[in-house]
Amino acid sequence: MIRMRMMVMTGLLLLGGQATALEFKQVSATESSVTFAYKQMGVPLEGKFNQFTAQISFDPARLNLAQARIDIGVSSIDTGSAEADEEVLGKLWFNAKSHPVASFVASGIRAVGANRYEATGRLSIKGKTLDISAPVTFQASGTRGVFDGSFTLKRLDYAIGEGAWADVSTVANDIQIRFHLVVNATSGKK
Amino acid sequence: MSPLSARYDNIAITLHWLVALLIFAAFPLGVYMHDLPLSPTKLQLYSYHKWLGITVLMLAVVRALWRSTHTPPPLPATLQRWEHVVSHLTHMALYALILAVPLSGWLMSSAKGFQTVWFGVLPLPDLLGKDKELGELLALVHQGLNLALFLLVAMHIAAVIKHRFIDRDDILARMLPKGINK
Ligand code: HEM
Repeated sequence: MIRMRMMVMTGLLLLGGQATALEFKQVSATESSVTFAYKQMGVPLEGKFNQFTAQISFDPARLNLAQARIDIGVSSIDTGSAEADEEVLGKLWFNAKSHPVASFVASGIRAVGANRYEATGRLSIKGKTLDISAPVTFQASGTRGVFDGSFTLKRLDYAIGEGAWADVSTVANDIQIRFHLVVNATSGKK
Repeated sequence: MSPLSARYDNIAITLHWLVALLIFAAFPLGVYMHDLPLSPTKLQLYSYHKWLGITVLMLAVVRALWRSTHTPPPLPATLQRWEHVVSHLTHMALYALILAVPLSGWLMSSAKGFQTVWFGVLPLPDLLGKDKELGELLALVHQGLNLALFLLVAMHIAAVIKHRFIDRDDILARMLPKGINK
Protein backbone atom coordinates (compact mmCIF):
# COMPACT_ATOMS: atom_id res chain seq x y z
CA MET A 1 0.00 0.00 0.00
CA ILE A 2 2.66 2.44 0.98
CA ARG A 3 4.70 1.31 -1.99
CA MET A 4 1.77 1.97 -4.30
CA ARG A 5 1.39 5.43 -2.95
CA MET A 6 5.07 6.14 -3.44
CA MET A 7 4.94 4.97 -7.00
CA VAL A 8 1.94 7.11 -7.78
CA MET A 9 3.57 10.10 -6.20
CA THR A 10 6.80 9.59 -8.11
CA GLY A 11 4.78 9.27 -11.29
CA LEU A 12 2.96 12.51 -10.59
CA LEU A 13 6.18 14.29 -9.84
CA LEU A 14 7.72 13.12 -13.08
CA LEU A 15 4.67 14.14 -15.03
CA GLY A 16 4.86 17.56 -13.46
CA GLY A 17 8.35 17.89 -14.82
CA GLN A 18 9.77 18.31 -11.35
CA ALA A 19 12.07 15.35 -11.13
CA THR A 20 13.09 16.30 -7.63
CA ALA A 21 14.87 13.11 -6.81
CA LEU A 22 17.18 13.27 -9.79
CA GLU A 23 20.65 14.61 -9.77
CA PHE A 24 21.76 15.87 -13.16
CA LYS A 25 25.42 15.15 -13.67
CA GLN A 26 26.24 13.76 -17.10
CA VAL A 27 26.96 16.54 -19.50
CA SER A 28 26.32 15.69 -23.12
CA ALA A 29 29.15 17.46 -24.92
CA THR A 30 27.74 16.98 -28.38
CA GLU A 31 24.41 18.59 -27.56
CA SER A 32 25.79 21.43 -25.47
CA SER A 33 27.16 24.70 -26.74
CA VAL A 34 28.88 27.85 -25.63
CA THR A 35 28.31 30.69 -28.07
CA PHE A 36 28.79 34.42 -28.04
CA ALA A 37 27.31 37.43 -29.77
CA TYR A 38 28.81 40.85 -30.28
CA LYS A 39 28.76 43.84 -32.55
CA GLN A 40 31.45 44.97 -34.95
CA MET A 41 30.90 48.35 -36.60
CA GLY A 42 27.26 48.01 -35.59
CA VAL A 43 26.99 44.62 -37.30
CA PRO A 44 25.70 41.77 -35.12
CA LEU A 45 28.00 38.74 -35.24
CA GLU A 46 28.06 35.37 -33.56
CA GLY A 47 30.70 32.85 -32.72
CA LYS A 48 31.24 29.76 -30.65
CA PHE A 49 33.76 27.71 -28.73
CA ASN A 50 34.09 24.22 -30.07
CA GLN A 51 35.88 22.74 -27.09
CA PHE A 52 34.79 22.97 -23.51
CA THR A 53 34.13 20.67 -20.62
CA ALA A 54 31.43 21.10 -18.02
CA GLN A 55 31.20 19.43 -14.66
CA ILE A 56 27.80 19.84 -13.19
CA SER A 57 25.81 18.31 -10.43
CA PHE A 58 22.39 19.73 -9.99
CA ASP A 59 19.36 18.59 -8.08
CA PRO A 60 16.54 21.11 -8.29
CA ALA A 61 15.41 20.01 -4.85
CA ARG A 62 18.78 20.64 -3.25
CA LEU A 63 20.16 23.80 -4.72
CA ASN A 64 22.58 24.35 -1.89
CA LEU A 65 24.54 21.31 -3.06
CA ALA A 66 24.63 22.33 -6.70
CA GLN A 67 28.01 22.54 -8.37
CA ALA A 68 29.13 23.72 -11.75
CA ARG A 69 32.39 24.28 -13.48
CA ILE A 70 32.90 25.03 -17.15
CA ASP A 71 36.33 25.09 -18.78
CA ILE A 72 36.66 26.48 -22.26
CA GLY A 73 39.57 25.83 -24.59
CA VAL A 74 40.15 29.33 -25.84
CA SER A 75 41.88 28.26 -29.03
CA SER A 76 38.78 26.36 -30.15
CA ILE A 77 37.14 29.71 -30.88
CA ASP A 78 35.17 30.12 -34.07
CA THR A 79 34.47 33.77 -34.76
CA GLY A 80 33.05 33.13 -38.19
CA SER A 81 36.12 34.27 -40.10
CA ALA A 82 39.48 32.48 -40.26
CA GLU A 83 41.38 35.76 -40.20
CA ALA A 84 39.72 36.76 -36.93
CA ASP A 85 40.13 33.28 -35.39
CA GLU A 86 43.85 33.66 -35.77
CA GLU A 87 43.92 37.24 -34.58
CA VAL A 88 42.02 36.70 -31.33
CA LEU A 89 44.44 34.04 -30.09
CA GLY A 90 47.21 36.62 -30.06
CA LYS A 91 48.57 38.60 -27.12
CA LEU A 92 46.23 41.54 -27.57
CA TRP A 93 43.13 39.37 -27.41
CA PHE A 94 43.06 36.10 -25.46
CA ASN A 95 46.79 35.49 -25.33
CA ALA A 96 45.92 31.83 -25.70
CA LYS A 97 49.51 30.64 -25.29
CA SER A 98 49.73 31.90 -21.73
CA HIS A 99 46.04 31.54 -20.91
CA PRO A 100 44.69 28.57 -22.84
CA VAL A 101 41.63 28.04 -20.67
CA ALA A 102 38.78 30.30 -19.64
CA SER A 103 36.74 28.98 -16.78
CA PHE A 104 33.58 29.59 -14.87
CA VAL A 105 33.17 28.19 -11.38
CA ALA A 106 29.74 28.54 -9.86
CA SER A 107 29.51 29.70 -6.28
CA GLY A 108 25.77 29.45 -5.87
CA ILE A 109 22.43 29.13 -7.54
CA ARG A 110 19.07 30.32 -6.31
CA ALA A 111 15.58 29.88 -7.64
CA VAL A 112 13.86 33.02 -8.90
CA GLY A 113 10.73 31.44 -10.42
CA ALA A 114 9.40 28.29 -11.97
CA ASN A 115 12.40 26.67 -13.69
CA ARG A 116 14.22 29.96 -13.43
CA TYR A 117 17.41 30.49 -11.50
CA GLU A 118 20.13 32.97 -10.87
CA ALA A 119 23.62 31.50 -10.98
CA THR A 120 26.59 33.32 -9.51
CA GLY A 121 30.21 32.47 -9.80
CA ARG A 122 33.65 33.50 -10.83
CA LEU A 123 34.68 33.87 -14.41
CA SER A 124 38.38 33.70 -15.25
CA ILE A 125 39.69 34.79 -18.62
CA LYS A 126 43.20 35.80 -19.55
CA GLY A 127 44.36 35.60 -15.94
CA LYS A 128 41.64 37.89 -14.61
CA THR A 129 38.89 36.63 -12.35
CA LEU A 130 35.66 38.52 -11.80
CA ASP A 131 32.33 37.77 -10.16
CA ILE A 132 29.44 37.37 -12.50
CA SER A 133 25.83 36.30 -12.30
CA ALA A 134 23.60 34.92 -14.99
CA PRO A 135 19.94 34.06 -15.29
CA VAL A 136 19.52 30.39 -16.11
CA THR A 137 16.53 28.30 -17.02
CA PHE A 138 16.40 24.60 -16.34
CA GLN A 139 13.99 22.31 -18.14
CA ALA A 140 13.87 18.65 -17.31
CA SER A 141 11.97 15.96 -19.10
CA GLY A 142 12.57 12.57 -17.60
CA THR A 143 16.26 12.17 -17.00
CA ARG A 144 17.25 14.78 -19.54
CA GLY A 145 17.87 18.26 -18.25
CA VAL A 146 18.66 21.37 -20.23
CA PHE A 147 20.22 24.56 -18.92
CA ASP A 148 19.99 27.74 -20.93
CA GLY A 149 21.47 30.98 -19.85
CA SER A 150 23.24 34.08 -20.98
CA PHE A 151 25.07 37.04 -19.57
CA THR A 152 26.93 39.99 -20.95
CA LEU A 153 30.51 40.72 -20.12
CA LYS A 154 32.60 43.75 -20.92
CA ARG A 155 35.59 42.48 -22.87
CA LEU A 156 37.81 45.30 -21.61
CA ASP A 157 37.25 44.11 -18.02
CA TYR A 158 39.32 41.10 -19.03
CA ALA A 159 41.65 43.02 -21.35
CA ILE A 160 40.31 41.07 -24.32
CA GLY A 161 41.36 43.31 -27.18
CA GLU A 162 44.14 45.65 -26.11
CA GLY A 163 46.05 48.34 -27.92
CA ALA A 164 44.26 49.53 -31.03
CA TRP A 165 41.57 46.93 -30.40
CA ALA A 166 40.57 48.64 -27.14
CA ASP A 167 38.56 50.97 -29.35
CA VAL A 168 35.02 49.82 -28.57
CA SER A 169 33.49 51.75 -31.45
CA THR A 170 34.89 49.11 -33.78
CA VAL A 171 34.43 45.93 -31.76
CA ALA A 172 31.83 46.62 -29.05
CA ASN A 173 32.71 46.18 -25.41
CA ASP A 174 29.59 44.15 -24.68
CA ILE A 175 29.94 40.48 -25.46
CA GLN A 176 26.95 38.29 -24.80
CA ILE A 177 27.81 34.76 -23.75
CA ARG A 178 25.15 32.10 -24.17
CA PHE A 179 25.33 28.60 -22.89
CA HIS A 180 23.13 25.65 -23.63
CA LEU A 181 24.00 22.60 -21.55
CA VAL A 182 22.34 19.25 -21.85
CA VAL A 183 22.84 17.27 -18.68
CA ASN A 184 21.46 13.83 -17.99
CA ALA A 185 20.52 12.48 -14.62
CA THR A 186 22.53 9.53 -13.37
CA SER A 187 20.21 7.70 -11.01
CA GLY A 188 16.66 8.12 -9.83
CA LYS A 189 17.44 7.34 -6.21
CA LYS A 190 19.69 9.06 -3.76
CA MET B 1 28.91 73.88 -81.86
CA SER B 2 25.78 71.88 -81.21
CA PRO B 3 22.77 73.61 -79.65
CA LEU B 4 23.00 73.65 -75.87
CA SER B 5 19.36 72.68 -75.42
CA ALA B 6 20.62 69.13 -76.00
CA ARG B 7 21.42 68.67 -72.36
CA TYR B 8 20.41 66.04 -69.84
CA ASP B 9 17.91 67.22 -67.22
CA ASN B 10 19.15 68.30 -63.81
CA ILE B 11 18.12 65.12 -62.02
CA ALA B 12 20.00 62.97 -64.51
CA ILE B 13 23.07 65.19 -64.24
CA THR B 14 23.03 65.19 -60.44
CA LEU B 15 22.64 61.42 -60.28
CA HIS B 16 25.41 60.92 -62.82
CA TRP B 17 27.97 62.92 -60.87
CA LEU B 18 26.95 61.61 -57.47
CA VAL B 19 27.34 58.02 -58.64
CA ALA B 20 30.64 58.86 -60.34
CA LEU B 21 32.00 60.52 -57.21
CA LEU B 22 30.99 57.61 -54.97
CA ILE B 23 32.46 55.03 -57.32
CA PHE B 24 35.71 56.98 -57.51
CA ALA B 25 35.83 56.69 -53.71
CA ALA B 26 34.54 53.12 -53.28
CA PHE B 27 36.75 51.56 -55.95
CA PRO B 28 40.22 52.56 -54.66
CA LEU B 29 39.00 51.97 -51.11
CA GLY B 30 38.04 48.41 -52.09
CA VAL B 31 41.45 47.75 -53.59
CA TYR B 32 43.31 49.29 -50.66
CA MET B 33 41.40 47.73 -47.77
CA HIS B 34 41.55 44.27 -49.26
CA ASP B 35 45.27 43.79 -48.59
CA LEU B 36 45.45 45.34 -45.13
CA PRO B 37 46.26 43.10 -42.16
CA LEU B 38 43.36 42.73 -39.74
CA SER B 39 43.04 45.85 -37.59
CA PRO B 40 40.29 48.18 -36.37
CA THR B 41 41.13 50.41 -39.33
CA LYS B 42 40.52 47.55 -41.73
CA LEU B 43 37.14 46.81 -40.16
CA GLN B 44 36.22 50.48 -40.40
CA LEU B 45 37.29 50.76 -44.03
CA TYR B 46 35.32 47.65 -44.93
CA SER B 47 32.25 49.20 -43.40
CA TYR B 48 32.78 52.54 -45.13
CA HIS B 49 33.25 50.71 -48.41
CA LYS B 50 30.02 48.81 -47.91
CA TRP B 51 28.11 51.95 -46.94
CA LEU B 52 29.39 53.84 -49.98
CA GLY B 53 28.63 50.88 -52.22
CA ILE B 54 25.08 50.47 -50.95
CA THR B 55 24.56 54.21 -51.48
CA VAL B 56 25.67 53.70 -55.08
CA LEU B 57 23.19 50.85 -55.41
CA MET B 58 20.33 53.01 -54.14
CA LEU B 59 21.25 55.88 -56.44
CA ALA B 60 21.74 53.45 -59.33
CA VAL B 61 18.20 52.11 -58.87
CA VAL B 62 16.83 55.65 -58.95
CA ARG B 63 19.00 56.42 -61.96
CA ALA B 64 17.87 53.37 -63.88
CA LEU B 65 14.24 54.24 -63.15
CA TRP B 66 14.80 57.84 -64.19
CA ARG B 67 16.56 56.82 -67.37
CA SER B 68 13.82 54.39 -68.33
CA THR B 69 11.18 57.10 -67.96
CA HIS B 70 13.11 60.03 -69.48
CA THR B 71 14.49 60.05 -72.97
CA PRO B 72 18.02 61.47 -73.11
CA PRO B 73 18.66 64.37 -75.44
CA PRO B 74 19.38 63.22 -79.01
CA LEU B 75 23.01 62.78 -79.97
CA PRO B 76 24.52 65.41 -82.28
CA ALA B 77 23.86 64.72 -85.97
CA THR B 78 27.59 64.63 -86.63
CA LEU B 79 27.93 61.24 -84.95
CA GLN B 80 28.41 58.12 -87.05
CA ARG B 81 26.03 55.23 -86.91
CA TRP B 82 28.64 53.00 -85.17
CA GLU B 83 29.18 55.70 -82.57
CA HIS B 84 25.47 55.64 -81.76
CA VAL B 85 25.58 51.88 -81.32
CA VAL B 86 28.75 51.77 -79.25
CA SER B 87 27.75 54.64 -76.97
CA HIS B 88 24.34 53.10 -76.40
CA LEU B 89 25.84 49.70 -75.58
CA THR B 90 28.46 51.21 -73.28
CA HIS B 91 25.86 53.22 -71.42
CA MET B 92 23.58 50.23 -70.96
CA ALA B 93 26.52 48.13 -69.73
CA LEU B 94 27.48 50.88 -67.30
CA TYR B 95 23.94 50.96 -65.93
CA ALA B 96 24.06 47.18 -65.54
CA LEU B 97 27.39 47.37 -63.74
CA ILE B 98 26.56 50.15 -61.31
CA LEU B 99 23.73 47.88 -60.21
CA ALA B 100 25.57 44.55 -60.41
CA VAL B 101 28.82 45.62 -58.72
CA PRO B 102 27.27 46.74 -55.43
CA LEU B 103 24.69 43.96 -55.58
CA SER B 104 27.48 41.38 -55.86
CA GLY B 105 29.17 43.03 -52.87
CA TRP B 106 25.99 42.78 -50.84
CA LEU B 107 25.54 39.13 -51.85
CA MET B 108 29.15 38.38 -50.99
CA SER B 109 28.92 39.99 -47.57
CA SER B 110 25.72 38.08 -46.88
CA ALA B 111 27.32 34.77 -47.84
CA LYS B 112 30.40 35.55 -45.78
CA GLY B 113 28.17 36.11 -42.77
CA PHE B 114 28.84 39.83 -42.41
CA GLN B 115 25.61 41.71 -42.53
CA THR B 116 25.57 45.25 -43.90
CA VAL B 117 24.31 47.92 -41.53
CA TRP B 118 24.11 51.01 -43.70
CA PHE B 119 25.98 53.86 -42.01
CA GLY B 120 25.76 51.81 -38.82
CA VAL B 121 22.06 52.61 -38.64
CA LEU B 122 20.00 50.72 -41.18
CA PRO B 123 20.43 46.94 -41.09
CA LEU B 124 19.97 45.45 -44.55
CA PRO B 125 18.61 41.94 -44.82
CA ASP B 126 21.11 39.25 -45.71
CA LEU B 127 20.30 38.12 -49.24
CA LEU B 128 21.94 34.73 -48.77
CA GLY B 129 22.56 32.40 -45.88
CA LYS B 130 26.09 31.98 -44.58
CA ASP B 131 28.09 29.83 -46.95
CA LYS B 132 31.87 30.10 -46.95
CA GLU B 133 32.53 28.72 -50.42
CA LEU B 134 29.77 30.75 -52.01
CA GLY B 135 31.19 33.81 -50.24
CA GLU B 136 34.60 33.22 -51.77
CA LEU B 137 33.08 32.67 -55.19
CA LEU B 138 31.09 35.91 -54.90
CA ALA B 139 34.27 37.75 -53.91
CA LEU B 140 35.67 36.71 -57.28
CA VAL B 141 32.46 37.79 -58.99
CA HIS B 142 32.67 41.17 -57.26
CA GLN B 143 36.28 41.48 -58.35
CA GLY B 144 35.50 40.47 -61.94
CA LEU B 145 32.57 42.85 -62.26
CA ASN B 146 34.77 45.60 -60.85
CA LEU B 147 37.38 44.91 -63.50
CA ALA B 148 34.68 45.20 -66.16
CA LEU B 149 33.46 48.42 -64.56
CA PHE B 150 36.98 49.80 -64.51
CA LEU B 151 37.50 49.05 -68.21
CA LEU B 152 34.15 50.51 -69.25
CA VAL B 153 34.66 53.66 -67.19
CA ALA B 154 38.07 54.05 -68.79
CA MET B 155 36.48 53.70 -72.22
CA HIS B 156 33.70 56.10 -71.24
CA ILE B 157 36.23 58.75 -70.19
CA ALA B 158 38.37 58.12 -73.29
CA ALA B 159 35.29 58.73 -75.44
CA VAL B 160 34.55 62.01 -73.69
CA ILE B 161 38.14 63.14 -74.25
CA LYS B 162 38.01 62.12 -77.90
CA HIS B 163 34.80 64.04 -78.47
CA ARG B 164 36.09 67.11 -76.76
CA PHE B 165 39.55 67.35 -78.27
CA ILE B 166 39.38 65.45 -81.53
CA ASP B 167 35.80 65.60 -82.79
CA ARG B 168 35.18 68.89 -80.99
CA ASP B 169 31.46 68.16 -80.76
CA ASP B 170 31.66 68.55 -76.99
CA ILE B 171 29.46 65.73 -75.82
CA LEU B 172 30.60 66.52 -72.26
CA ALA B 173 28.49 69.68 -72.09
CA ARG B 174 25.36 67.55 -72.17
CA MET B 175 26.21 66.12 -68.77
CA LEU B 176 27.53 69.28 -67.10
CA PRO B 177 25.38 71.54 -64.96
CA LYS B 178 24.36 74.79 -66.65
CA GLY B 179 27.00 77.45 -66.32
CA ILE B 180 30.02 75.19 -65.83
CA ASN B 181 30.71 74.97 -69.56
CA LYS B 182 31.67 78.26 -71.13
C1 HEM C 1 29.95 51.04 -56.49
C2 HEM C 1 30.03 50.07 -55.68
C3 HEM C 1 31.26 49.28 -55.41
C4 HEM C 1 32.51 49.31 -55.99
C5 HEM C 1 32.99 50.21 -57.13
C6 HEM C 1 33.30 48.31 -55.32
C7 HEM C 1 34.62 48.05 -55.63
C8 HEM C 1 35.40 47.12 -54.99
C9 HEM C 1 36.77 46.80 -55.33
C10 HEM C 1 37.56 47.42 -56.48
C11 HEM C 1 37.19 45.85 -54.48
C12 HEM C 1 38.55 45.19 -54.43
C13 HEM C 1 38.49 43.84 -55.06
C14 HEM C 1 39.79 43.11 -54.90
O1 HEM C 1 40.85 43.76 -54.84
O2 HEM C 1 39.73 41.89 -54.81
C15 HEM C 1 36.11 45.57 -53.57
C16 HEM C 1 36.18 44.66 -52.53
C17 HEM C 1 35.13 44.43 -51.64
N1 HEM C 1 33.86 44.96 -51.70
FE1 HEM C 1 33.20 46.28 -53.04
N2 HEM C 1 32.55 47.69 -54.36
C18 HEM C 1 31.30 48.25 -54.39
C19 HEM C 1 30.23 47.91 -53.57
C20 HEM C 1 30.27 47.03 -52.51
C21 HEM C 1 29.17 46.72 -51.64
C22 HEM C 1 27.78 47.31 -51.74
C23 HEM C 1 29.63 45.81 -50.73
C24 HEM C 1 28.91 45.15 -49.59
C25 HEM C 1 27.77 45.47 -49.10
C26 HEM C 1 31.01 45.55 -51.04
C27 HEM C 1 31.83 44.71 -50.32
C28 HEM C 1 33.14 44.46 -50.64
C29 HEM C 1 33.98 43.59 -49.86
C30 HEM C 1 33.59 42.83 -48.59
C31 HEM C 1 35.23 43.56 -50.49
C32 HEM C 1 36.46 42.77 -50.08
C33 HEM C 1 36.46 41.44 -50.73
C34 HEM C 1 37.45 40.53 -50.08
O3 HEM C 1 37.91 40.84 -49.01
O4 HEM C 1 37.72 39.50 -50.70
N3 HEM C 1 31.38 46.31 -52.14
N4 HEM C 1 35.03 46.34 -53.90
